[in-house]
Amino acid sequence: MSTIQTEAAVYSAVQSVVGSLHMAHTEWKDAPGLPDFSLLKRLARDQLIFLLEQLPGKKDLFIDADLMSPLDRIANVTILKQHEVDKLYKVELKPIVSSSDQLCFLIRPRIQTVKWISDLVNADKVAGRFRRYKIIFTPQKFYACETVLEEQGVYGDVTTDEWNFYILPLDDDILSLELPEFFRDNFLEGDQRWVTTAGSALRLLQSVYGSFSKVYGIGRCAKMVYESWRELMEDGEQRTRQPEFAKVFLVDRDVDFVTPLCSQVVYEGLVDDLFRIKCGSVEFGPDVTSSDKSIKVMLNSQDKVFSEIRNEHFSNVFGFLSQKAKNLQTAYDKRRGMDIQQMKAFVADELKGLKQEHRLLSLHIGASESMMKKKTKQDFQELLKTEHSLLEGFEIRECITYIEEHINRQVSMIDSLRLLCLLSITENGLLSKDYRSLKAQYLQSYGIEHLLTFANLRQLGLLEEQQAGETLTVMESKVGKLVNDKTVGKLTDAFSSLAKKSNFRALSKRLALVPKSGEEYDLRVPRDMAYVFSGAYIPLSCKLIEQVLERDGWTGMEEVTRMLNGQEFAVTGGSSSSEARSKTDAQRIVLVMFLGGCTFSEISALRFLGKERGCRFIVVTTAITNSSRLLEALLDNSA
Amino acid sequence: AHLDLKKIELYEMGWNLKDGLRECLVAAAPYGGPIALLKGHYRRSPSARPQLEIYSSSGLPLASFPWKSGVVKQLGWTVSDDLLCVQEDGTVLVYDLWGGFKRHFSMGNEVSQSQVLETKIFHSPYGTGVAILTGALRFTLATNIDDIKLRRLPEVPGLQEAPSCWAVLTQDRQSKVLVANGSQLFILDNTACTPVTPPGLSPQASSIVHMCVSFSYKYLALLTDSGHVWMGTSNLKEKLSEVDTKIKTPPKQMAWCRRPKSQQPSAVVMWDGLLIVVGECKETIQYHLDDDSVLVPELDGVRIISGTHHELLQEVPGACEEIFKIASMAPGALLLEAHKEYEKESQKADEYLREIKEQSLLSEAVRQCVEAAGHEHEPETQKTLLRAASFGKCFLSNFPPEQFVSMCRDLRVLNAVRDYTVGIPLTHTQFKQMTVQVLIDRLVYRKLYPLAIEVCRYLKTPEYQGVSRVLKHWACYKVQQKEESDEVIAKAVSVKLADAAGISYSEIATKAYESGRTELAIKLLEFEPRSGEQVPLLLKMKKSPLALSKAIESGDTDLVYTVVMYLKNELNRGDFFMMLRNQPVALSLYKQFCKHQEQDTLKDLFNQDDDHEELGNFYVKASYKDQRLEARVALLQSAVDEYYKAKNDFSAKTTEDEMRLLRFQRKLEEEKGEQLVGFSLHDTMTTLLSVGLHKHAEQLYKDFRVPDKRFWWLKLKALAEKEDWEELEKFGKTKKSPVGYLPFVEVCIKHHNKYEAKKYVSKVTPEQKVKAHLAVGDMEGAAEAAIERRNESEISTVLSRCSATTDHLLMERLNRAKATAVKK
Repeated sequence: MSTIQTEAAVYSAVQSVVGSLHMAHTEWKDAPGLPDFSLLKRLARDQLIFLLEQLPGKKDLFIDADLMSPLDRIANVTILKQHEVDKLYKVELKPIVSSSDQLCFLIRPRIQTVKWISDLVNADKVAGRFRRYKIIFTPQKFYACETVLEEQGVYGDVTTDEWNFYILPLDDDILSLELPEFFRDNFLEGDQRWVTTAGSALRLLQSVYGSFSKVYGIGRCAKMVYESWRELMEDGEQRTRQPEFAKVFLVDRDVDFVTPLCSQVVYEGLVDDLFRIKCGSVEFGPDVTSSDKSIKVMLNSQDKVFSEIRNEHFSNVFGFLSQKAKNLQTAYDKRRGMDIQQMKAFVADELKGLKQEHRLLSLHIGASESMMKKKTKQDFQELLKTEHSLLEGFEIRECITYIEEHINRQVSMIDSLRLLCLLSITENGLLSKDYRSLKAQYLQSYGIEHLLTFANLRQLGLLEEQQAGETLTVMESKVGKLVNDKTVGKLTDAFSSLAKKSNFRALSKRLALVPKSGEEYDLRVPRDMAYVFSGAYIPLSCKLIEQVLERDGWTGMEEVTRMLNGQEFAVTGGSSSSEARSKTDAQRIVLVMFLGGCTFSEISALRFLGKERGCRFIVVTTAITNSSRLLEALLDNSA
Repeated sequence: AHLDLKKIELYEMGWNLKDGLRECLVAAAPYGGPIALLKGHYRRSPSARPQLEIYSSSGLPLASFPWKSGVVKQLGWTVSDDLLCVQEDGTVLVYDLWGGFKRHFSMGNEVSQSQVLETKIFHSPYGTGVAILTGALRFTLATNIDDIKLRRLPEVPGLQEAPSCWAVLTQDRQSKVLVANGSQLFILDNTACTPVTPPGLSPQASSIVHMCVSFSYKYLALLTDSGHVWMGTSNLKEKLSEVDTKIKTPPKQMAWCRRPKSQQPSAVVMWDGLLIVVGECKETIQYHLDDDSVLVPELDGVRIISGTHHELLQEVPGACEEIFKIASMAPGALLLEAHKEYEKESQKADEYLREIKEQSLLSEAVRQCVEAAGHEHEPETQKTLLRAASFGKCFLSNFPPEQFVSMCRDLRVLNAVRDYTVGIPLTHTQFKQMTVQVLIDRLVYRKLYPLAIEVCRYLKTPEYQGVSRVLKHWACYKVQQKEESDEVIAKAVSVKLADAAGISYSEIATKAYESGRTELAIKLLEFEPRSGEQVPLLLKMKKSPLALSKAIESGDTDLVYTVVMYLKNELNRGDFFMMLRNQPVALSLYKQFCKHQEQDTLKDLFNQDDDHEELGNFYVKASYKDQRLEARVALLQSAVDEYYKAKNDFSAKTTEDEMRLLRFQRKLEEEKGEQLVGFSLHDTMTTLLSVGLHKHAEQLYKDFRVPDKRFWWLKLKALAEKEDWEELEKFGKTKKSPVGYLPFVEVCIKHHNKYEAKKYVSKVTPEQKVKAHLAVGDMEGAAEAAIERRNESEISTVLSRCSATTDHLLMERLNRAKATAVKK
């Protein structure tokens, strides 16, 4: 009952604000304007407040640790306090110390957390303590959670609700579901519970911003998400509105594992790799701020300095920033020789902006200094060199030796694993001898519990041992030099039917992902998306998107999709009369949804592609990821 | 003030009642609903069973059957047109419009013990309620029969026998009872019994003999034994009027007859053969009744049903009065006149029009005509008025058409449902209050599917709430028809419903299943496009394997969980596991659940599948959760066994190594007091070396076949950290370094010992010479090495490190060398 009401509330709220939608973006230069996503925040906030008011009176609120930052973007502490939230606690799965008579839990639908709550309730019962409990699941509740409540005998003591907070806009063009566990649950555990969540997110976008004329996708999960979304749309009422997006592209993370495994070298990606961007903000430590305290900074297009360097290769950033610093000085210097009136105007209009810019500039200079310190070092250069060799399939023996040393010297648990995976994927699995020796050495360095990690990696196809017959791939690449491309394609098909393989080498060749070595690549004037990896590699995911948009479908890419294990689709939306609208803004906006996470490098690459093609990409992702997050999700040494 | 009433005949009743309504218990539902009769109810002979009959408002039979249950005290209708029969023992039986038994409920022990004396069935915003006065003179109340919460009201002080009259009120979101005991009045609510006095009640009265509450619960009328009718607000704060009927016998029935927003109070009192309407003024209006009748209060009037006729008594609506009053000069009247003249092609039309227009009242005139049309029952009169309105509209620019258009539509629908064969005599006011949705529901309930669809299409109701909904009900009805075969029905349903939006086949299938047609249900489910919708019913029908595969097909994990959990409770463990085994998606989900909730089940699952690999992993995982060493070793041993079974020698050996390591660690912990248990081999060795236990470290190196390289790295690092340069030098000479000598240089430099670092530079391989020289800051040497190797990139590296001021000469040499190297 309550969910119906809340949904109704959300949708009526949508109705009421939809009218004002198009006003926000009147400016129209060369790029199409983006829809106003802050609306999504407002909707989420209104619904949350509605839910909080369902439990009148003072209450303590327990929040899942990973919901803290997203929640902060939606409703800050002041707003929560206004709605009678007394104290805020982080869910720590430990006994609690709260004196409140009403406890409200804002959590992800996880069995563990629900079990913890059940234990709390039962403990209160034993102690003869009476309280009211309310669980707000976000973005939705799962049957399994209710089963736990039932099994623990507290079903009747707890009221539950759903906060349909599906999407957090991180920036003008980045929307996140903030569901890092999507990746592990879906791809490793085979648990598809989040599929409907992703479908609902798309429905939300569609109901607020209008329908799409064309949907493309690749991957099993993508297909299921599309199906779920389509069913949701059939259930609900159709709203015929001018669409704000033309096309949607859905892509599974496991279609392209190579890209997220590479070291990021674009500024935003590098900041993420080094300092970990959390929910659109980063905490710069003392080494960056050159003071004794850390500073939290929001990283988005509002930050004028950041927005100019985020997509740049880090080698350009320092130069850019120093130029910027000079300009800023000039602007400050204008003060000299001003009369009082001008000075007054300067202080009123410009000074604040300049000061703000100054502050940000010094932070980013600090960050890039710290970056340069770490990343221009010999070992980083060697790491990059190894990665590039792997991508190119060049000097593999040297690479293996390098990785071995990396493991032996315990340089970094995650980085070693990352290189191993990269080696395996690009080489279609490791030779048995190498696999065993590297694995044994890794276990010696980091402990036997990583047996499980290796089992997980194998299951996902990230790190595999070549089966006897599979050395054929090596053959294949040799054959490739002798016969023409078509025959290679046929051979590849035959091989790929043997086992689920990454086929990276063949894909790379067909899609020209790795530019020919030896050519100079000017990183200041990028000529293709490869610049996000120093000119060494075009992200496979982005290349696929480019190709499909160019061809308006998958025709002509049959071999590529076969190597990616198929599951591709292209659907034309029902309502669009494309002729009439083909010239509108919306036609040039493409929504790309990454299922299982996307990296900042991919976002940068898409921004570049957009600029080249005169369109804009909006990235919807289940979470922002990078190599560390990806691999950490696959470790099995904690819980 | 003057009371204007009109009485119109709705129907000549289609039923054929020999004795009229005499000796019948009658209940008619408001909003032109059905009529129920319990014939022969008062005869009370044990041999003759009373007959329960249900008719439409026009007297067409809907159902008839002999009453076999207990003694009925009261009949009544719910808001959704279900019939309630309240028995003497407090049991309430619920029947549908067609006489089908739906369910029964009890009004509680107390009622059944002391028996029902009187009952009233009432409607409030919370639904249909039942109020009972028991033989113990206590009231029991249920506000909503769909969600029964019985309330026993407080005792009425001094009540010795049945009260002279009582009524149910709804005030302040609460149902209360108003009771008259002689001249005393009490209000009973949940907690208290409060005496009240109606303001200005005439003092001649010694007893209140009858009372009635208006449809909206806002007004109250009381009839005293002196024959006075007191009318006022139901909160008893205000008196509106008091009229003397001059009749002192108790009436049969009394009802309010007042339309919403009317300025005047008016109530109808009925005696045998006589009906009196009382209003604000002293005069009363009397009607003669031929026959036994019942009054049915409505929102805007009273219906009078007799054995032969069905009439509506209403206050004349303002608009109609203005127009039809003799010699009326109201704008509407003039417009009607103008139109009449126009039809006659007389120029008087223009005069009338001019008169209205001069007062600029034309739009008012149109509005009046439209409104009046809505209140008229005769299609001819409606048409005349609407034509007049349409005529008037021609002379107006910018007159909004909505009111006119929607009135035309509404009237068309109303005329259709008022038809004798349908028999729902709704007024426009009632229709607006009831809404189209509800009207469609009622048509559907009466199985008037084609008419319902017509109405939906005509009023352009969104398909979802309109046509589709009707079709769904039709299909639900269709599947219960026993005489047709499964195939025929399934086909008929699919053909009719094919292109309707928002149809849920699973609902229809559920209906089929409920009427015992499992096969038909399964057939119908095949039409359901959303596999998720099929699942709950399939489970209900015990088609679990099908349910599970449909759930998986739907891609909705939650649904799969639902089925899995259901099966877990339904099947024995072996069958359950077998079923999961055939459904990998379900299996992996269940494993997920077990990981958090039931570790042991997880083990059983792996066991059943002979998945030794997973079992091995399971034990490994369990081992590092356990704190006690013995337990850990034991678990690891289990893991080893499983890995061997899985023919995974690598994992088995590694695990065995781990067991050895653990034992070794513990032994050393006991001997040396170093914290070691749980460390990886690498970390153990690091620790040992850092505390100087070189022998033990070396033992591990040999026992665990640690690669030379790793051991050298480890030792190198450990010695440098302790700045034991002598030992380092010795170590470097033990044999040829497997990691080369560059690491020696680097490690010394890292600890700021350039002197020591230089010792190793000469030992470095030629490829690393440049790096080594650069590391110790020997530009000269680096240049030398690079030039010797004629390696362009190395030369460049050195160059980039040179400073223009100090290494001027060196740079020249390098540049020259570079030039030759490039040439090559």
